[in-house]
Amino acid sequence: MQIAVLSGKGGTGKTFVSVNLAVTAKNSTYLDCDVEEPNGHLFLKPEIHETEAVEIAVPEFDPDACDGCRACIRFCRFNALAFIKEKPYLFAELCHSCSGCMLICHNHAIHEVNRRIGMIEKGKSGGISVITGTLDSGEATSVPVIRQLLRDAPTEGTVIIDCPPGSSCTVMESIRNSDFCLLVAEPTLFGIENLKLVVQLVKTFHKKCGIVVNKDTEIVDPIKVLANESNIPVLARIPYDQGLAEINARGGLAVEDKKYEKIFRGLLVKIEKSGGKS
Amino acid sequence: MKIAIPSEGKELGSAVCQSFGRTIYFILVDTDTQNFTVLDNEATAAQGGAGIKAAQAIVDSGAEAVVTFHCGENAADVLKAANIKILKAVPATVREIVEKFKKDKLSELTEIHAGYHGGGSQ
Repeated sequence: MQIAVLSGKGGTGKTFVSVNLAVTAKNSTYLDCDVEEPNGHLFLKPEIHETEAVEIAVPEFDPDACDGCRACIRFCRFNALAFIKEKPYLFAELCHSCSGCMLICHNHAIHEVNRRIGMIEKGKSGGISVITGTLDSGEATSVPVIRQLLRDAPTEGTVIIDCPPGSSCTVMESIRNSDFCLLVAEPTLFGIENLKLVVQLVKTFHKKCGIVVNKDTEIVDPIKVLANESNIPVLARIPYDQGLAEINARGGLAVEDKKYEKIFRGLLVKIEKSGGKS
Repeated sequence: MKIAIPSEGKELGSAVCQSFGRTIYFILVDTDTQNFTVLDNEATAAQGGAGIKAAQAIVDSGAEAVVTFHCGENAADVLKAANIKILKAVPATVREIVEKFKKDKLSELTEIHAGYHGGGSQ
């Protein structure tokens, strides 16, 4: 079962919930799709046994064959190409590898070359497979890293996908094949506005989903209202607790403490019971 | 000499626009004759790479200098590759900027920001 953990807002505790769920599920796979800032490995501390590069195709120009017609520059919707001093000029980090410029060039002056944009590390942490994607510094497009990361996701067993924050392309790519979407939210006004966005997203994708309220204080709970309105169950409430903050700060796992282990055990059972898919 | 200025409006009395890539207009002024033309900035609606597209239009216009508050590194790369000078704007109208340019009172723009890259994909 593939469980995607997402949140509209950053810092709500996606990684916190993901790593603790992965450990609770035992022989699971943890995939860190938050490739701009992957940090699940800080908690799971895997031993890396395999590293692979993520490469994308970008155009290269043959100046002798180019007649300066600019068809490629007009075609590029990402404005990754410019034409300066009678020569095409590529802004590689804006290129989305669509190959359009190459296809449209009537002089065949464009061919593709590979360019590295990130890497994937595979490792083990006890019985857990930990796979981490990392976008190289300065790169702008995470999707190819996430795509390659998910290509190798096992189809059996529990797979936890730690998604990037937000509700844009990178998140859509991360939840594409998931059976269940777990929405982590904090009960603040800012938290709820961002939760609304991911609720819309998972509903658009017709995903089964549930909410985890993190940093729960029981003082205000705007999430309960939204959960009722959207007909999404609240599956767990994780208290706003100094003990948890201390465990996190030293890179520890909450589930090592019986008190918190109970929360994650209950959460995992509820997700599994839901059966996944929609 | 022809210079390009991002502008809030279509007149010499219009204010200089805070944005380069997403300005609605560029005003191209011939500093010798004070004649000007207005260039609609097609990059305004671009999802990403607006700076590159806007800079391309400046290159194609034949301008030899740009006076702007801000400029991202991609746009700056395009302008520099075409040997176009990037000068720092001050709050003023386009006409006042042209006067300052003629009196050589504008300094070079040195703070090139890292841009708002993402090409609309983030």
